[in-house]
Amino acid sequence: MTRPVAPRQAAATAATTTAPDPAGKASPAHTPDEMTASGATADPSGATTDMSPPTVDASGVTAGASGVTRVAGGWAGVLLTAARPAGPMLVLAVVAGVGAAGAAIGLIATSAWLISRAALHPPVLHLMVAIVAVRAFGISRGVLRYLERLVGHDAALRTLTELRVRVFRALAERAPAGLAAFRRADLVQRLVADVDAVVDVLVRVLLPVTIAAVVGAGSVLLVGSMLPAAGVALAVGLLVVCVGVPLLQGLVARRADGLLAPLRAELSTGVVDLLHGLPDLIAHGAAGARLAAVADTDARLRAAERRSAAATGVGAAVTVLSSGIGMLVGLVAGAVAVRAGRLDGELLAVVVLTPPAVFEAVSGVPAAAQRLAGAREALRRIAAVFAAPLPATEPADPAPLPTGPHTLRLAGVHAGWSADRPVLRGFDLTLEPGQRIALVGPSGAGKSTVAALLVRFLDPTAGRITLDGVDLRDLRGDDVRQVIGYLGEDAYLFDTTVERNLRVARADATTAELEEALRAARLLDWARALPQGLGTPVGEHGVLLSGGEQRRLALARALLMPFPIMILDEPTEHLDERTAAELTADLLRATRGRTVLLITHRTEGLSDVDSVVHVGRGCAPR
Amino acid sequence: MKPLDPRLLRHAGASRGFLILSVVLGVTLAGLVVAQASLLATGITAVFLDGAQVSALGPVLAGLAAVVVARAAVAWAQEVAAVRASAAVKSQLRRALLARLVADGPAGSGRSGELATLAVRGLDALDGYFARYLPQLVLALAVPAVVLTRIAPADLLAAATIVLTLPLIPLFMALVGMHTEATNRRQFRTLARLSHHFLDVVAGLPTLRVFGRARAQEATIREAGEQYRRLTVRTLRVAFLSALVLELLATLSVALVAVGIGLRLVSGELTLHTALVVLILAPEAYLPLRQVGAQFHASAEGLAAANDVFAVLDAPPAPSGTAPASFGAIRFDCVTVERAGRDRPGLPPFSATVLPGEFVALTGPSGCGKSTVLDVLLGFTAPSDGAVTVDGRPLSEVDTAAWRRTVAWLPQRPTLFAGTIRDNIRLGDPHAAPRQVRTAAASAGALEFVSALPNGFDTVLADDGAGLSAGQRQRIALARVFLRDAPLVLLDEPTANLDAETAAVVRDGIRRLAVGRTVIMAAHRPDLIALADRELRVGAVAEPAR
Repeated sequence: MTRPVAPRQAAATAATTTAPDPAGKASPAHTPDEMTASGATADPSGATTDMSPPTVDASGVTAGASGVTRVAGGWAGVLLTAARPAGPMLVLAVVAGVGAAGAAIGLIATSAWLISRAALHPPVLHLMVAIVAVRAFGISRGVLRYLERLVGHDAALRTLTELRVRVFRALAERAPAGLAAFRRADLVQRLVADVDAVVDVLVRVLLPVTIAAVVGAGSVLLVGSMLPAAGVALAVGLLVVCVGVPLLQGLVARRADGLLAPLRAELSTGVVDLLHGLPDLIAHGAAGARLAAVADTDARLRAAERRSAAATGVGAAVTVLSSGIGMLVGLVAGAVAVRAGRLDGELLAVVVLTPPAVFEAVSGVPAAAQRLAGAREALRRIAAVFAAPLPATEPADPAPLPTGPHTLRLAGVHAGWSADRPVLRGFDLTLEPGQRIALVGPSGAGKSTVAALLVRFLDPTAGRITLDGVDLRDLRGDDVRQVIGYLGEDAYLFDTTVERNLRVARADATTAELEEALRAARLLDWARALPQGLGTPVGEHGVLLSGGEQRRLALARALLMPFPIMILDEPTEHLDERTAAELTADLLRATRGRTVLLITHRTEGLSDVDSVVHVGRGCAPR
Repeated sequence: MKPLDPRLLRHAGASRGFLILSVVLGVTLAGLVVAQASLLATGITAVFLDGAQVSALGPVLAGLAAVVVARAAVAWAQEVAAVRASAAVKSQLRRALLARLVADGPAGSGRSGELATLAVRGLDALDGYFARYLPQLVLALAVPAVVLTRIAPADLLAAATIVLTLPLIPLFMALVGMHTEATNRRQFRTLARLSHHFLDVVAGLPTLRVFGRARAQEATIREAGEQYRRLTVRTLRVAFLSALVLELLATLSVALVAVGIGLRLVSGELTLHTALVVLILAPEAYLPLRQVGAQFHASAEGLAAANDVFAVLDAPPAPSGTAPASFGAIRFDCVTVERAGRDRPGLPPFSATVLPGEFVALTGPSGCGKSTVLDVLLGFTAPSDGAVTVDGRPLSEVDTAAWRRTVAWLPQRPTLFAGTIRDNIRLGDPHAAPRQVRTAAASAGALEFVSALPNGFDTVLADDGAGLSAGQRQRIALARVFLRDAPLVLLDEPTANLDAETAAVVRDGIRRLAVGRTVIMAAHRPDLIALADRELRVGAVAEPAR
């Protein structure tokens, strides 16, 4: 009994596994240079949606968004836009699904007529059409259902790919400044899992519900044409099961949730506290008491779940009752009609036995509706990505990139990661060609904001940033980033080999150039000593390397590009004192000859820089 | 994967009662299905062949109404029983899991996030198993049995058709299943890898943008997705065959039965009543089996979570000594800790002696095993070679809980718990008097800032002390150690994350703490090492300490 694996689970697996499995380490799943290699042959702009740059109005605020970023209608809009290319396949899946459900109902209806007719002992020849129909229904149901599932999954996977590309594009325009998600790894993970949810929505919600609607309506018409009263009874029953029960279950679930959610949260906090703090608790002999407290919460949750259980069964009971009442009404109304001569006796069994088959065909709707409730949240979060304003807008008519030597100037710059909380207020800074300046200040003072502004991840809310006198906002972001390089505090290492991580900077770099960059980052001896040399995997987020090695590899990567201006965000977390100090010295040494802005927490050991600029809340820059 | 894991019945007593209840409800439901079929057949036959009035249908209608209500009641009871059983089983497994993890200590604490997820969210997946799969599995056995008992005396031929085709369903499904399982697993891995790749690329987007590589990734994502889709659809063509066989057998058998009884009805071998009973019951015999196939997936996730729990529960427990703990000189004799899967040992052979009242600093580059020495002393890590003796007795023979009562520990990143500052300080002694808490806080240099808070010691800390600075957290943890008042104090880089000023305050506290106690401290800041009486290099080539 094997079924296709639900992508949801896979996503969950990927999202919850913090440590990569050893097999994954040994054979890196993907390679950025493979990506770029195929990206070079395929035309990225050949995507279905055009990427017209957004326009900027006089005040410098985003006025319009490209066709990509504007997705109408919230969560449903996300779904429909992404599903459009797979539209014809979805229609085919619905047709096949309706055929399959129709065959199941037709099988019972025709059989019922066949038997009633046979009871009157007609010549067998008169039954041949019905016999053939019964057999045909018997075969076609399975075949059509097979077709429905296959085509449905195909369409869903096409939609998944389309959505991934669209979400990636939207994220690429906003990362990292435009989305809070980029400040928290778990939010990125959730977003990726949300995208995977689209398969579930299509295959397990949209298709079954659409099919149930068509089949239900068709059955009501069929039964109603034989006996209107039975048709009405069936229609009412179907509405109760397909609309009433989901609503009821939603209500019950919300009520239970209101009751259980606080307890679940309490339990969750208790368990996380217990396990996360286990060393402290055991060392202080407090683990037993904590365990007892969690067990107590657990017991209260269990009691609450028991109490709420009674309500959860109501939906199932109502479904059974609706189907039963439909059958009873059919029998009573049928009996009356047969006596009155309004209904052929042979059709009585059809009118009575068809409705249960219809109810069975739509029995998946309540579950589908429950799934939608969860998936809707996922799609809403995706819609929020599309709707998020662009933190930096591309110029409609980009100015040509100045040739240098480059002078960067910030004048009276106001900026912040969110509009209501400006971090920088009236910040001034000039970076002359070849100058090396250290930017110092406590965390949260806006040092990283300055970096984001200079690489055009973020636009200032007021003031001007100019490169050789040209406003940065008049330049294309990608052009600016050819001149200004950024080694971020959180420079990312991809889950692939050392070499491929380096080649993210320059896919066409020669081995000699790679080694030169490693040498400058004082990593060449280390790299040569690795078991697989440059082909050694670095692990997820580079976990297989030490903190210092991770930073040096990121430095080597940045050095591969001949950026005339470099912003170096000095790392301090997870590095011990000496490693950090050595690294800072090496950063400055390796970038000798370039214009450098060194972002740092330290105030000592900065003899290598030309000047030190302080940035701080309410603190005027020197 | 077994449909019913015996370990589930063993570890979760609540599942046994539920299984029995499911069988009772399943058989009742099967009986009701048969009764409904007979009543319907009677009613239809009476109206159609005998021209009965509606009024004459009274008993039949009453019976049918009763059956419908009873079926609704059974459906309700099944659901309620499933929710209750699921709640009970989850609770039993969770408590057993947590108790075991606490008993085992933090040896596998690198997995604490994963285990917490398992204990809370992971086990929730059992809902699907109890609410849908298990009752359906029972029905798949009960309903065909009861239905066949009813059909067989009425129409042996139809019964024979069902008996012959019914076993084919699990058989064919198993055959197709075996064929596709390997491909499916491969497919699952491909998908997991694809999701992981997408996650990796999205997480690295800022970096890709810095190098102008973001746009190029779009095409790659599309290409990878398309490739995956083609592969998947190819696999699904085979995988869905199992469902095709199931549907085909089920509906085709019903069609065969229907045509068969129709023909025999014409020839007068059967009555209409019997024919209707058979026609109504034939699909019912296949229905639960079809649904069990559909629910199998819902169950797999829950069983996988239960499996993870059993893996912890069924592992042999760590041995603990029984000898009473007595404090004295601590001797490390070539203590080595190997870490599975790492080429560097967690602790290379380490030998040393620490006398009572001494203050020693463990030094060496990061990753050399300083923290591991402390872990061994705390009983969190067992040496893979060598031995620790305290007061001449090997630590492995001493009752771990009793030994830990003589130890106070300040980790590099202490955990603060949701609750008041007071409760956090008296973690090791919940009944400590307010005066004691105050004294401990004063000794740790925490009194000043705690008193400045509006609610003082009653200030409620959010998750893991959020809102406090690193230095404040460290001083609260230090107060904890003061209150603990143990003869042996273990400190792990207590000023690692602090600025110079706060570090000085914490150092003063440590100086006061060391008076009259044995202190072993992992350190690499010179000003911290200066506090100690002597330095012990960790990671240097060890000579046996004799």
